[in-house]
Amino acid sequence: MKLTSFKRALWVFHVATGSCNGCDIEIVAALTPRYDVERFGIRLVGTPRHADVLLVTGTVTRPMAERLRRIYEQTPDPKAVVVVGGCGATSGVFYESYNVVGPVDEIIPVDVYVPGCPPRPEAIIDGVVKAVAKLERLEAGEKV
Amino acid sequence: MADKTFEIPIGPVHPALKEPIRFTFQVEGERIVGVDIKPGFAHRGIEFMGLRRNLIQVLYLAERICGICSISHPIALTQAVENAAGIEVPPRAQYIRVIVSELERIHSHLLWAGVAVHELGFDTLLHLTWKVRERVMDILEELTGNRVDYAIPIYGGVRRDITPEQYPLVREMIRYYRGLFEELADRLLNDASIRARTRGVGVLTPQEAEALCAVGPTARASGLRKDVRQDWPYLVYGDFGVKAITPEDYGLAPQGDVYDRIIVRLLEVAQSIDIIERCLEEMPEGEITSVPKVPALLAQLKKAEGEGIGRHEAPRGEVIHYIALEAGKEEPVVWKVKAPTYSNLMPWVPMFRDQEIADIPIIAASIDPCMCCMDRVYIVRDTVEREVWKEELLRLSWGKTDRIRSRIAGRSLRAAEAEHGGA
Ligand code: SF4
Repeated sequence: MKLTSFKRALWVFHVATGSCNGCDIEIVAALTPRYDVERFGIRLVGTPRHADVLLVTGTVTRPMAERLRRIYEQTPDPKAVVVVGGCGATSGVFYESYNVVGPVDEIIPVDVYVPGCPPRPEAIIDGVVKAVAKLERLEAGEKV
Repeated sequence: MADKTFEIPIGPVHPALKEPIRFTFQVEGERIVGVDIKPGFAHRGIEFMGLRRNLIQVLYLAERICGICSISHPIALTQAVENAAGIEVPPRAQYIRVIVSELERIHSHLLWAGVAVHELGFDTLLHLTWKVRERVMDILEELTGNRVDYAIPIYGGVRRDITPEQYPLVREMIRYYRGLFEELADRLLNDASIRARTRGVGVLTPQEAEALCAVGPTARASGLRKDVRQDWPYLVYGDFGVKAITPEDYGLAPQGDVYDRIIVRLLEVAQSIDIIERCLEEMPEGEITSVPKVPALLAQLKKAEGEGIGRHEAPRGEVIHYIALEAGKEEPVVWKVKAPTYSNLMPWVPMFRDQEIADIPIIAASIDPCMCCMDRVYIVRDTVEREVWKEELLRLSWGKTDRIRSRIAGRSLRAAEAEHGGA
């Protein structure tokens, strides 16, 4: 396998739209020394306006749907969306509720799904790397 | 003259709990004069969903109320149901429940310490605490099969035993954390800047804590000796004589500020380690569940009639589950959950009063709510909305630490000069 470096540092914005926090703490774990994604140039940023990738956790609750849509629109192109966790991908255990309008792909387009409840930090990193591949293809002018 | 009070709404993202949050601060200049709190944004309707599922499915829902307290809710729920249905829990299972919930307390408090120092701008310490936290995550994974969401309690017992090969691993972890305690305490409690940013900040008096029903470390830091494990012992906690920890146990009079909340959580990590060690020593052999077959369990639960309450001291404070069962029904007829942060919301109001805007992140974090509530801020000024993201608020907080740090450095420089005066 040929190893190449990413063409750029990847900035990630994390949105929680009704998660149980399980996935969110695993994302933080991915940032801290054991997994340390910053060595790949991946870092969390505080606003979607600076982000290349959106990490979305949790099924979407009714009040969060509009906010998720807005955050997606505020993220500059080219962008990729990674859903972390089973409940963001399929709603998981949160079905048949009056306040759940998710899963995430009902609200915004999703590029990568990371399954697990919650996924391990390694899996989250893998998801973000898949998103990089998409961004690089987009930047090369390919249609994805 | 138009009044000089501005409003700063913060929120509403707050994913961890059933009670997500939006703050609206009234500020005069830098000073906070009032705060309004509005929960409800991450409400998933978990209790509603629970009333449409059988009790075993409800257990999985309970576990996903909060990923950080992913054993606290199941422990409270199983106790409520066992109460209602009259199901016994074998002693070994009780010990295992206690071990896993104390492991959870360790991971949760270390997580909190990291988040809190991050709010102050000490990212080196954030990385240190999260690095040492991985050790307890390894043990949780070893014992339960998952790092988060352990699926350990089931009605009548637990789903996994602790094998003889696992004992030494847990003991090793105990030694590891004991060896670290001094260092962690020194970094967190003796650092001049941390002390300057947390002493006298976000004070909650014991009277207020009592009147507003604060729970968990938030109440204990104000000097209230209040802990479910001490006041209403359950499982095997009664045998251990667990005592609620306050800053007095560290030799200091409680002041109810953020610094005291650090002390209490740090001491509780040590306390949890002691409890786990005792459990390993005293845990008897035997069954791990009284109804091993799930279909038989479901049938027994379907016949049960009655109501039950389960309470547990989660890392953030008391969690209560109430359940009512009706014979012939697989699903509960009532399920009500009260998570600890719900009780700790109102204490925020006195904590924020008269504090600076730059102290919002650390005070908000000090009760250990879910951190993500601070995702963004809108400043409403003359009805023009301007977005302020969490980053800006953090910058304010970090700036304040920097100012304090240079002041401390300046002072010690001057002190050094005075010492060497003449030289
Ligand atoms: S996937 Fe599981 S751990 Fe992640 S937010 Fe959803 S319920 Fe929580």
